[in-house]
Amino acid sequence: MRAQFVLSEISVGLRRNLTMTFAVIVSVALSLALAGGSLLVREQVDTMKGYWFDKVQVSIFLCNKDDAKTVKSCARGAVTEQQKKEIAAELDKLEVVEKVYYESSAEAFERYQKDFKESLLASNVTADQMQDSFRVKLKDPDKYQVISSAFNGRPGVMQVNDQRALLENLFDLLNGMNRVAYVLMALMLVVALLLIVNTVRVSAFSRRRETGIMRLVGASGFYIQMPFIMEAAISGLIGGALACAMLVAGKYFLIDNWLVDKIELITFIGWDYLLVPVIPLVLVVGMLMPAVAAFFTLRKYLKV
Amino acid sequence: MIRFDNVSKNYPKQTRPALRDVSLEIEKGEFVFLVGSSGSGKSTFLKLILREERASVGAVHVLGKDLARLSNWKVPHLRRQLGNVFQDFRLLPNKTVRENVAFALEVIGKSRSSIRKVVPEVLDLVGLAGKEDRMPGELSGGEQQRVAIARAFVNRPMLLIADEPTGNLDPQTSVGIMKLLDRINRTGTTVVMATHDQQIVDQMRKRVIELEQGRLVRDQSRGVYGYQH
Repeated sequence: MRAQFVLSEISVGLRRNLTMTFAVIVSVALSLALAGGSLLVREQVDTMKGYWFDKVQVSIFLCNKDDAKTVKSCARGAVTEQQKKEIAAELDKLEVVEKVYYESSAEAFERYQKDFKESLLASNVTADQMQDSFRVKLKDPDKYQVISSAFNGRPGVMQVNDQRALLENLFDLLNGMNRVAYVLMALMLVVALLLIVNTVRVSAFSRRRETGIMRLVGASGFYIQMPFIMEAAISGLIGGALACAMLVAGKYFLIDNWLVDKIELITFIGWDYLLVPVIPLVLVVGMLMPAVAAFFTLRKYLKV
Repeated sequence: MIRFDNVSKNYPKQTRPALRDVSLEIEKGEFVFLVGSSGSGKSTFLKLILREERASVGAVHVLGKDLARLSNWKVPHLRRQLGNVFQDFRLLPNKTVRENVAFALEVIGKSRSSIRKVVPEVLDLVGLAGKEDRMPGELSGGEQQRVAIARAFVNRPMLLIADEPTGNLDPQTSVGIMKLLDRINRTGTTVVMATHDQQIVDQMRKRVIELEQGRLVRDQSRGVYGYQH
């Protein structure tokens, strides 16, 4: 195969169909930017959920020495080993409890350092500020009140938290946004595919003289189809690259230079997840999807 | 070279078959005229040889291959051994004479050095030396057909198929084209030519195959265009 010949065919084809090529590039770019964006939102949700979110519903934080001085519910002093044993025994007896994890303050500190390693918060917190805690998984997540009424206000207990109440609304919002993004992406994808099919069809039609001659002199089907497929793949790749540029710009301007300053308590996704796997994935899909669409279109419109 | 064994061809949605029970054999090096009125099955006959269509019944052998059993991806290799010439020339209008001929070699992956060698040779053979850089639009009909013949012959095919190559040309120009095809035939290439040109057939006195409503009605060596009663 002569590369120069194929390359010149491709560039001629792309220029001849400039408006259609442009439409393909834009629609591929938008659909892939949405796809990449929803991947990033999902990763953001996972980052925020942290270690315990999917495992337990209720956290019982116990008083530490610091709390004894500052927190009202801990006025009777830090939790004792005896109190811990009583709480553990009582949790075991409760019907609604499915499983109980115990997290010591040292473990909590370690996990905290890991989860917030990119935030300023991590360096300001010491192990002494972390609490021992019981993490309770319920048979029925709605029975939070049972635990709350049983342990709130007990000596040694600082606070009983329904974890979900804190984050569930936010996650619902993010997941809802994701669902909207999926629908938009699906629509854009359909638009992109139709445009690709049409572009390839127009391209095959405008070059039917050449392809007819190629067929008669015995050019292989692969050789005849190659310029069309490459044309689609190249416009797709350009679209994918634009999508990546949008994602990088979004991460840089929206997250790094705006949200981080506005919302300090949340760890945002870092660059690593965007660089691998999101960007390579967007580029590969951007290239393969139009190529495959072109291949199947040609089977119909280009007799070989 | 070509063998038809009881070949029939039905097109879908057509009640009358395009070819009915045609059996014949064309030997290597022959020059054969294919005559018959429009709709007699000439084009279908040529399409079966090129494997653009497949026989509905019977077997078509071309260059020793049973076309019914030739898989799709091997068809290009068959076509590389066949040359094609048409009534409407089918040249690329935006390429020069040289580029038109070279195109046929480029797309089957021939090296640039061999293209540079054989293209002038074949243009010389068809009598177009000196016109390599002209565009098809600047040439007369006869010259354009010579370019098409050069393109069909540049690969030195075993078989040249010409579908009314003189159909768009005046009688004098047609004679020139026929002389060229005759010369190509003398190099050992089999030529099958469909035509309506009575004068040419009568002058050349080659084998004539006549089709009528899809049937083979005449196969005559050193024949003429119409019946001699």
